[in-house]
Amino acid sequence: MVVIFYLSSAVAVAATILAVTRVGVVHALLYLIASLLAVAILFFTLGAPFAAALEVIIYAGAIMVLFVFVVMMLNLGERALAQEKAWLRPRVWIGPGLLALVLLGESLYVIGQGAHTPYRVAVTGPEAVGATLYGPYALAVELASLVLLAGLVGAFHLGRHALHGGPRDGERPQ
Amino acid sequence: MASVLSEGLAVSALLFAIGLVGLLARRNVIMVLVAIEIMLNAAGLAFIVAGARWGQADGQIMFILILALAAAEVSVGLALVLQMDRRHATLDVDALSDLKG
Repeated sequence: MVVIFYLSSAVAVAATILAVTRVGVVHALLYLIASLLAVAILFFTLGAPFAAALEVIIYAGAIMVLFVFVVMMLNLGERALAQEKAWLRPRVWIGPGLLALVLLGESLYVIGQGAHTPYRVAVTGPEAVGATLYGPYALAVELASLVLLAGLVGAFHLGRHALHGGPRDGERPQ
Repeated sequence: MASVLSEGLAVSALLFAIGLVGLLARRNVIMVLVAIEIMLNAAGLAFIVAGARWGQADGQIMFILILALAAAEVSVGLALVLQMDRRHATLDVDALSDLKG
């Protein structure tokens, strides 16, 4: 587990540096997904399997898919086809793929090992997290739901004008 | 036990610093959002490390709240990116200087 901790830390830092320094947005997003997966394995080695699952499902899954959707929406038109061809070249995905392969190897090693022995700490499973979340932190859950509702309303309002031809630059808003 | 805390917090601080450099250096608005995501994720890692150090669930709770915040922030931010592309036909944050005095 010590080796896994250091290896995932190295992968996370390397992938994040590569994500920040890429010119193309899609390259950066691929490296960022590798970085998030590495951080998820860090969570697992730190005895937080529930947070690791959430990191993969919500961060690397939902939020990054949102980014990819918007990047693809912005590239409608003539350039879209050439861009599509450029994205399918191996040069684009070979780096993130190799980093993700290291993480896959770590996951297989952990699964093959059988017993979950975290890195010098105790495991805090989903039961404990759920009991605490809906016990002393129930008010925080309600506040988080309000934040998400505000985000939903704000994104809908802004996106509605973007899609249905709202006021142009220089015109008075309706 | 103390080494878990120091090593994990070092990784977290490193990721946060990389995100901060990206936020300051990049001018593409989507890359700025990506850098903010990196920094939020690093903060979440710090909470998880602290929770692991004390063996409590509170660190994971704070991570879940950060996750909800990041989801809300990214949805509004990307809607603003769509508006920016439609109105100004650019993703350069320096192009939005209408409020400059």
